[in-house]
This record gives sequence, C-alpha cells and structure tokens, in this order.
Amino acid sequence: MTLDLLRLLLTIALTGAGLVFYVAGTLGLLRFPDTFSRLHALTKADNLGLGLLALGLAFQAPGWAEVAKLALIWLLALLAAGTVAQLVARAALGRGAR
Amino acid sequence: MTVYAVTGALLVALGLYGLIAARGLLRRVVAFNVVGSGVFLMFGALGWYEGHTDPVPQALIITGIVVALSASALAVGLVVAHARVSGGQVLEDDAP
Amino acid sequence: MAVFDLALCTLILLAALAAVAGPGLFRAVVFFVVYGVLIALAWVRLGAPDVALAEAAIGAGLTGVLLLGAVGRLSRAGADEPLTSRIDWPVALAAGLVGAMLVWAVLSLAPGPGLAPAVAEILPQTGVENPVTAVLLNLRAWDTLLESVVLLAALIGLWPLARGGAWQAAAGPVHHALPDGVLAGFGRLLPPVALLVGVYLVWAGAYQPGGAFQGGTVLAAAGVLCVMAGLVRAPGMAAPLWRLALVAGPGLFLALGVAGMAFGGFLLFPTALAKGMILAIEMVLTLSIAVTLALMVLGPPEGGGAQ
Repeated sequence: MTLDLLRLLLTIALTGAGLVFYVAGTLGLLRFPDTFSRLHALTKADNLGLGLLALGLAFQAPGWAEVAKLALIWLLALLAAGTVAQLVARAALGRGAR
Repeated sequence: MTVYAVTGALLVALGLYGLIAARGLLRRVVAFNVVGSGVFLMFGALGWYEGHTDPVPQALIITGIVVALSASALAVGLVVAHARVSGGQVLEDDAP
Repeated sequence: MAVFDLALCTLILLAALAAVAGPGLFRAVVFFVVYGVLIALAWVRLGAPDVALAEAAIGAGLTGVLLLGAVGRLSRAGADEPLTSRIDWPVALAAGLVGAMLVWAVLSLAPGPGLAPAVAEILPQTGVENPVTAVLLNLRAWDTLLESVVLLAALIGLWPLARGGAWQAAAGPVHHALPDGVLAGFGRLLPPVALLVGVYLVWAGAYQPGGAFQGGTVLAAAGVLCVMAGLVRAPGMAAPLWRLALVAGPGLFLALGVAGMAFGGFLLFPTALAKGMILAIEMVLTLSIAVTLALMVLGPPEGGGAQ
C-alpha cells in the first residue's frame, strides 16, 4: 500500500515537473522574437518535459514492456523533434527570416 | 461527445469562409483541408456511442484523410506551377 | 472530463481560425500542423485511435511537410500572398448559415450504436480482429481499392507539372544539407527506427490500432527525410522498379479481388483464407502507399536530373 502511494507521489511530482517545462517552452514559443529562438525554446524545454512525463508515467506502468515503450516514445520524439527543428530552421533560413 | 460533432460543424463553416474569402491560392488549400477534417470530425463524432466510435465511419475517414492528402498534393503542384507562370498566387478572376 | 473536451474543442477552433484567417502564410501553415495534432487528440478522446494515427501522420505530418515546402517554393517564385485584412461579410454570413444548419443537424440526430453491432457480429468471418481493419480491407474493400487508385491518379496528375516538361527527372527539388550536419546524422539514425515502427504498425493493424495507411505513411516520412537530408536522391519516374512499386499494391488488391470471384464474388474473401489474403494485400499495399505518398510530398520534378 505504501509502495503504491510512493509511486503515485513520484508520478505526480515528475509529471508536474514535466508540465512546468512544457509551460516554459510554450511561453518561449509565444514570447521569443524570431523563428530560431522559438525553436530553441520548444525543442529544449519540450524534450525534457516529455522525458519527465514519460518517467512519471513509467511508475504507473503495469510491466516492463510498457516502460520500454514509454522510453522508446521519448527517444523517437527526441529524434523527430531534432530533425523537424533542423528542417524548420532551414526553411526559415531559405525564406530569409532572421 | 456532441461537442466534437458541433466543433466539426463549426470547422466546416470556418473552412468554407476561408475557401471563398481568401485570395491566396495556398491559403485556399489550407482552408479546404479544414473543411475536410471538419466533415470527418462531424461524421466520426456522430458515430460515437457509449465510449466507442462506429468502425464503419472510422474506416471511411481514414480513406478520406488519404484522399484529402492526394487532392492537396495535386492542388499544391498546380498552385506552384501557376505561381511560376504568372508570378503570383492569385487567380485572374480574383485580382482586384 | 467535459472540461477537457471543451478546452480541446476551443483550441481546435482557435488553431483553425489562425490557419484559415491569421496573418502570414508560414504562420498559417504552422498553425495548420498544430490544428492537425489537436484533431488527432480529439480522435483519441472519441475512442478512435486508428483515425488518430492516420490524422497525426497524414493530416498533420505529411500535409504539413507538403504545405511548408509549397510556402518555400512560392516565396522563391516571388509569389507572395496578397494581403486581406478585411472580413468579407457576405461570405461570412453564408458560411455562418451553413455552419448553423450543420449544428442544427448534429443536435437533431439521436445517438445510436450505428453499424458497430453489425460489424462486431460479422468480425469473426473477416479474418482480422481490429474492426476498423476489417471494414477497410474486407467489408468495404471496394473503397480501399479505389482509394489506392485515386492516390496513383493524383501522383500521375502531378508529373505533367514538372519543370521544363522533364517529368522523368528526380521528384521534387534538389535538397542540400551539410554532410556532417545534425540533419544528415539524424537522417541516418531515424529511418531504421521508422522502418521498424512502420512494419510494426502494419502487422499490429490486424488486431489493434494500426494498418497499411498508417504504416505506409511512417515509411514515406522516412523516405522523404532521407531525401531532404540530402542522403539519397529522389528516384526518377523512368525507373521500372519504382513504377512497379507504385502499382504493385493496387495490382495485387485487384488480382485477389478477382480471385474472390471463385468464392462467390468480386472482393469476397473466404473466411479460411481471409487473414492471409488481407495480410498479403496490406504488406504490398503498404509499400505502394509509402512510395506514392513520398513522391507526392516531394512534388513534381524540378530539374534535378534523374538518378
């Protein structure tokens, strides 16, 4: 019973921390002046936020297979976010954005 | 889940406005896609019943999403070709 | 959870508004991608993960790449969007009227189980366990067969738009990237993982969310990434093997549909063989969908020279 409570607390703390990073990233997206600093805010903060979310949810997973899937999702999102950020930045450069 | 069906209906109206009112051709392609996904959302949400969505609309919507991409790709190709020929992205009839 | 649904629907409408009527074409396309991802979330809430996967991968992902590419090409052609800040009131009124009628229609329909019980009843005879896949590839196989032909028709429609009439040249513009850059590195890392995910999605589609279209889209995205990262040149349309890849899916679908006539009618799959036939169609169709979608998103040749 206490173990379940501990897991719940860890989940709440980690997903809560993850959400803070998401809010920070979104704030950067809305407030930063140009495409590149916006990308910077989004990719850094959201990748960490998603990692914390996945870690938090891993404490609720019924088995190791689910934990592995969560880790895989995070890794894939990391790769995809980095790639897409590069593509968007290249498109912005091509358009002559600052 | 009626709220999603109503949202779909509003999206159709919004996209329809953009499709007619926008003069930029690529903007019209975007608006056309909003109409499409609005129709899908309406269609799918109306098939929602006790926690599940009717699989028949689901399958038709997946078909629709792919067809919408094909239509968009063809439209984008035409818009770009038109821009190279005319140097703009407004149709002659719409020019002020 | 009603609060969540309401908030999500509000966000969807706001993102759509920014995409349709917001300032700046680049911004509008970015908001359209955001809109697509939000719609995918709505499908998850509606208990339709198959549609959510398709919407996220195709509606937001590939359409986003297609539109962003178009924004770049248009600005290079010097074709900027004309400024329209005024609201066109007659059009707004007409569109509002259509919306009001649709809302009225939505609210006047009584909820019901629809065709779900009928599909559940016949599901054991279809050869697959995912009801959506059963409808797509067995019960309404006609739609899916013709859809794969529509895809092919749209791609063929794109080729005459090739620059300088060189329709056999490599698809799309030539992409350059730093050979040791991040894009080239990730472009090498992502495709093997995407291949695994794509094939898994097709395989899993028989009994859980996934299928040929979702898997094919993931494979197409990997291909597009490889080309955009400058790792490989896009194929030219003169290559017979690529043409075979384009028609193999619809071709096999058609052939097995005709074979179904031995069991009572066109596209009728006997229960005992249905699973194998559907799986064969899905595997080959995935390849065709992936190649068709990738070539479609890359666009008509722009004079880069064939491979």
